[in-house]
Amino acid sequence: MSVLLIAEHNNKEVRPFTYNAITAASQINEDLHVLVLGHQADDVAKSLSEVPNVKKVIHVDNKIYENYIAENYTAAIIKHAESYSHIVSSANTFGKNLMPRIAALLDTSQVSDIIKVISEDTFLRPIYAGNAFATVKSNDKKKCVTIRPTSFDPADKSGGSAEITKSDPAEASSSTKFLKKEEVKSDRPELGTARIVISGGRGMQNGENFKLISDIADKLNAAIGASRAAVDAGYITNDHQVGQTGKVVVPDLYIAVGISGAIQHLAGMKESKVIVAINKDGEAPIFSVADYGLEADLFEALPQFLSELNKLNTIQK
Amino acid sequence: MKILVAVKRVIDYNVQIRVKEDGSGVVTDNVKMSTNPPDDNAIEEAVKIKEAGKAKEIVAITIGEEKAQETVRKALAVGADRGIHVKVDNVIEPLAVSKILKKIVEKENPDLVFMGKQAIDDDCNQTGQMLAALLNWPQATFASKIEVKDNALEVTREIDEGLETIEVNVPAIVTCDLRLNEPRYASLPNIMKAKKKPIEQLNASDLGVDINPRIEQIKVEEPPKRKAGIKVASVEELVQKLKNEAKVI
Repeated sequence: MSVLLIAEHNNKEVRPFTYNAITAASQINEDLHVLVLGHQADDVAKSLSEVPNVKKVIHVDNKIYENYIAENYTAAIIKHAESYSHIVSSANTFGKNLMPRIAALLDTSQVSDIIKVISEDTFLRPIYAGNAFATVKSNDKKKCVTIRPTSFDPADKSGGSAEITKSDPAEASSSTKFLKKEEVKSDRPELGTARIVISGGRGMQNGENFKLISDIADKLNAAIGASRAAVDAGYITNDHQVGQTGKVVVPDLYIAVGISGAIQHLAGMKESKVIVAINKDGEAPIFSVADYGLEADLFEALPQFLSELNKLNTIQK
Repeated sequence: MKILVAVKRVIDYNVQIRVKEDGSGVVTDNVKMSTNPPDDNAIEEAVKIKEAGKAKEIVAITIGEEKAQETVRKALAVGADRGIHVKVDNVIEPLAVSKILKKIVEKENPDLVFMGKQAIDDDCNQTGQMLAALLNWPQATFASKIEVKDNALEVTREIDEGLETIEVNVPAIVTCDLRLNEPRYASLPNIMKAKKKPIEQLNASDLGVDINPRIEQIKVEEPPKRKAGIKVASVEELVQKLKNEAKVI
């Protein structure tokens, strides 16, 4: 049987992690169908039909799918579930909110946040903030799986021509109402997919000092991250949090500034290709995962770092 | 209103996890255990709502082995009125947990069920959403702010793009994020008082739900280790290394 992937999008564009989830989903089974629930999201359906790994796009267009109301999404997905062996989505706040609701109605024990597809029923997933990896085999007939997007490369976006079929909406829930979304707009790359991430922690001391970080982020075309301590202290908004209960990032370069490196933070960044730590405490645990550690006062090191970067003739974008 | 709060006993968040040599799991013997951190936020929020005069009773529930009662006792010391402990001998999956919670909800008839958004041991992030589905109740996950209205909650949720606000009708399930509030510490007199509060004990096997595992844990292993890096002496050296050795800038 085929795999059904639930697309994440904003009714205009496909959200980037959907492409990573497509890669994982097509490793489970090549007959991959994608379900687009949205409001006037024709462009999204069209984009997904052009992904070579996608064999079919099912598009349900209705006002009730304009925002992600898990209750409304679930009812529509359950209608289609019968013909599929696997229902999958990315393991970000979208899929985490949605998938268990589907799994429970299908009486399936969900496999969360997989980082490797071993076979169509066996997966690798991190537990204990990534301090252990568990190999698990699902014995349910129908499987519900969420995929850690950063563990899979994004699928090719063009060259395919899957058929798009329209389908009817399911009933809307009357007990949940969307009120508003406060999205932090930024010209910087998205944290989850950026090639370079520079993060600040408690050592930044206040929100204004994050300017030292954003100046470097601008120079390197990097995304800005933060430790939970920095977010809790109100230095920066929650969408920047990297870690066990925040986002998982796997950039080519991760620069941790004034972050001690609690295991909960390491869970979100230790798979990065190159890690730099700047911290005045030479004993800070962050140095144990850093490829390059600089024991220094960040208030001296960051301005120097920027001026050294300014001296370079070229910087990779 | 009546609020049911579910709490889980997990390995303390400060403990360095060790994987058992035979690959059967992680070492739990003689390891410090605590309440799952966001479950503390769930209890705190329920207590705040009660203090504001908007809830009459808070019932704390845990599902687990004998010692899991400690987490209920802690919830009682912080302000829950009574406790329920559903005994199970083995670790059970979130689907089974939500089936047990459904039975308890049908018996207790709470208006709200609160719990942490995710347990820091299995990192599943499933139980609240599953319970909401089984009860056909609305769900408000990853809550960082809750406002109680007449027969509804306005909940601000932490999502990848920022914040989202939704309104859910009561009865509802809320899963709590770490920034929802600052959990208080129990005072000594309240810890003493909590010892006298009742904890009802039930056996999962008496509830008539299927809690058999659906997922086989084949093995648990240590993640690959990063090889040790170097310390650089200056910012200049750092930039040179990033440019010429790591070739990332």
